[in-house]
Amino acid sequence: MTEQLNPRLTFETLVVGAANRLAVTAARTVGESPGTAYNPLFIYGESGLGKTHLLTAIGHLARHLVTDADVEYVTLDEFVEQYHAAVAAGQSEALRGRFGRVDVLLLDDVQFLTNRRELQAELLRILEQLQGANRQIVLTSDRPPAEIQELDERLLSRFDGGLVVDLDAPDYETRIAILKRRAGERGVPVDPAVLEVVAGIRVHNVRELLGLLNRIVAYQAVSDVPITPEAAHQLLAGDAPLPRPSAAGADVAPAPPGDEFADFLSGVTMAVHEQVGVWRSRITECIKRWGGEGYRTARLEHLLKQEVPTGVERVIREYERDVDRLRGFQRAMARVDPHRVSDPIFYDPERLTEADELVQSALREGRPPPGPSPAWLFEALVTGESNRMALNAANTVIASPGVTYNPLVLTGPPGVGKTHVLHAIGNELQGDPGARVACLSAQEFVEELLDAIDGDRVEAWRKRYRGATALLLDDVHLLAGKERSQEELFNLYNTLLAEDRQLVFTLVDQPSAIDGLDRRLVTRLEGGLVAGLDEPDPDVRRGVLFRRLKAKDRAVDPELVEYLTARPADSVRSVINLVQRVLRAAQAEGVEPTAPFAKALLEGAAHTVRASAGVRTSGAMASAVSSMRSREKVVWEWPDPEERVIEELA
Amino acid sequence: MSLVNFTTREITCKIVYYGPGRSGKTTNLHYIYGRVPNDRRGRMVSLATENERTLFFDFLPLDLGNISGFTTRFHLYTVPGQVYYDATRKLVLQGADGVVFVADSQARQLDENIESLQGLQANLVAMRSDMRSMPLVFQYNKQDLPPELILRPDDLDDALNFWGIPSYASDALQGKGVFETLRAISERVLRRLSQEGPR
Repeated sequence: MTEQLNPRLTFETLVVGAANRLAVTAARTVGESPGTAYNPLFIYGESGLGKTHLLTAIGHLARHLVTDADVEYVTLDEFVEQYHAAVAAGQSEALRGRFGRVDVLLLDDVQFLTNRRELQAELLRILEQLQGANRQIVLTSDRPPAEIQELDERLLSRFDGGLVVDLDAPDYETRIAILKRRAGERGVPVDPAVLEVVAGIRVHNVRELLGLLNRIVAYQAVSDVPITPEAAHQLLAGDAPLPRPSAAGADVAPAPPGDEFADFLSGVTMAVHEQVGVWRSRITECIKRWGGEGYRTARLEHLLKQEVPTGVERVIREYERDVDRLRGFQRAMARVDPHRVSDPIFYDPERLTEADELVQSALREGRPPPGPSPAWLFEALVTGESNRMALNAANTVIASPGVTYNPLVLTGPPGVGKTHVLHAIGNELQGDPGARVACLSAQEFVEELLDAIDGDRVEAWRKRYRGATALLLDDVHLLAGKERSQEELFNLYNTLLAEDRQLVFTLVDQPSAIDGLDRRLVTRLEGGLVAGLDEPDPDVRRGVLFRRLKAKDRAVDPELVEYLTARPADSVRSVINLVQRVLRAAQAEGVEPTAPFAKALLEGAAHTVRASAGVRTSGAMASAVSSMRSREKVVWEWPDPEERVIEELA
Repeated sequence: MSLVNFTTREITCKIVYYGPGRSGKTTNLHYIYGRVPNDRRGRMVSLATENERTLFFDFLPLDLGNISGFTTRFHLYTVPGQVYYDATRKLVLQGADGVVFVADSQARQLDENIESLQGLQANLVAMRSDMRSMPLVFQYNKQDLPPELILRPDDLDDALNFWGIPSYASDALQGKGVFETLRAISERVLRRLSQEGPR
């Protein structure tokens, strides 16, 4: 990237004539207010007509007016080189980021984009980035964009969306002015009549013209006397393959008044450029605005492709009205289900009906059903003989939900890990795209139903669950004796099963062994796979102990693990209680937890015998609806975590 | 008339030079005609009376070629200045996209200027337009005459130009200010597009 702009190439050193007036005016406007007037500005013209001069002058002007303006001038060759280097280093993002941050990007000689698809795509991205941030991009080429072979249509349309101006060969008057200025800059006095002779020779570009002047200056330098018009004539006609004027001024461009028409034409051209492009600019502006906010703008982009701007304003009005409606739907969705407000449907004005339906269905369904708790993950489960079958079944369900084991019924006494397996399955299923897993306890199910009945919202409540991709219900035995709840579950069961949605239930015993459970429900539950979880076997106990001890950030004493493993425990929960008790006591006495210490603690004194040992090990407590809920579940669901005090009920 | 036709990709502007008799409207067109390359101008049609006053109107078509993909044409008209040709003036004004009011800078012609300006306003109103909505520029011609005979542009602005419309001092015979005026009205006409939107 060229940091230094050639200090000689400014607007002040530029000679303006009819051939470049439009380009200079546009360039000056861009330099004065980058990113606002013509963006991108595309200047084309043959070699030597001052494209680089104009480009550099824009950079100087922008830097002059805004002191800290970040102006970058780069030729396409340099750009290619840097792009290849960045790709080789795997840092194309960084390159894009660097170019995308400049205030004014001046890109010279873009005609070399021919047949370079990847590079064009990269340039397009940078262009979009710059335009999106109202930063200026100016490009030059030796031909108009449409003549750059194999140029990406999108780039072409971007260029056309800005201003494309051309530079022509200087006319006679401009040639005179250029020659006078350059001779003056060199401090070489040249007879005006000689300059007229030089200017009278038609040249293709300014460089050729200055070459002629160089020959005059060189001639004068070796002779003592200034060159005469006749000598200049002879000198330039001698070996130059340039057309020679038949007589001084005879072959020259029209007399000065002709410029009046050129000036007029240039003014009209500017105005036409500005005006006929108005509708395109308007659309481009809208695309930038709404596209920037993430809305799909295909409808507006389609407008840009048309030759005739049919109904531009009407289409824009309709598009904006649709975006407004989408926003309305989005707001409605935010009230119902905030997780779904970023659904792509709400950003696509072509899917208005779908967005509407989505909101309607969300409204019908109400808020989403409760999902699995992130605290119970599959990785945290320890496998052993006591739960192997249940975990294998769980894995199968996760791999192919709704197909193999439907329903999956997990049974076992409290504290063996049914809830953990249930939520772990839920978490895994939740990861599927579009998944909507309902995972809750039977008690919540009952409470929600009671609320719905109370608020006359039963139908909405049903729809909420019918929309679930999986239903995972914990402690189904708590439904015993609750006829209405069982009926609702029965209907929901049938609906979901008919659509191959996965169903998972947990119960403390075989369904048929639960009193007060509807026979219809029992037969359906037993029609799936009933997998039991038993009291934790030594492998499970060892695994749980090992994790608990390790989790406390200490070296695990194998002897302690073996001792605790050998202790009787009817549930995973009691194993955890055991290890917590030992750890706490060791901490209180300031000693390391070892096997002898644990032994002394657990077997040494009578007071260590748990009051609860003969009752229930899972710390069950009474709930508001006279059902039994496990302590752990109550703690987890406590509304304010700050107010949770976990106490050892020893 | 259709100013910009996106279907045929044509821009056609009708510009009318309006003003009192002998203020220099036809001279403007003559000067323009003389400065436009042959391939860009059509035949100038001028219907004049025996004593060289415009009987009907002058018409000068300018073909500016392809600009931004649009074939751009300017049709320049003059109206007869004499009071009794008001019907012709109305006819010529029909469908105008812009008006150049050529005022005679001579102090003794001030009343004629005012009368003509009033006529212009009346005719525009009859066309359901007016001076504020119609692109308009003033040209104060004959500024080359001795200072004692003419009003300065500032004075003429005070007397005629109540709306702060751009005004140009000119000497149409020598061409001074002629193209500035034409350029100004052209740009105003074209810029009006952005307010009205493409038709």
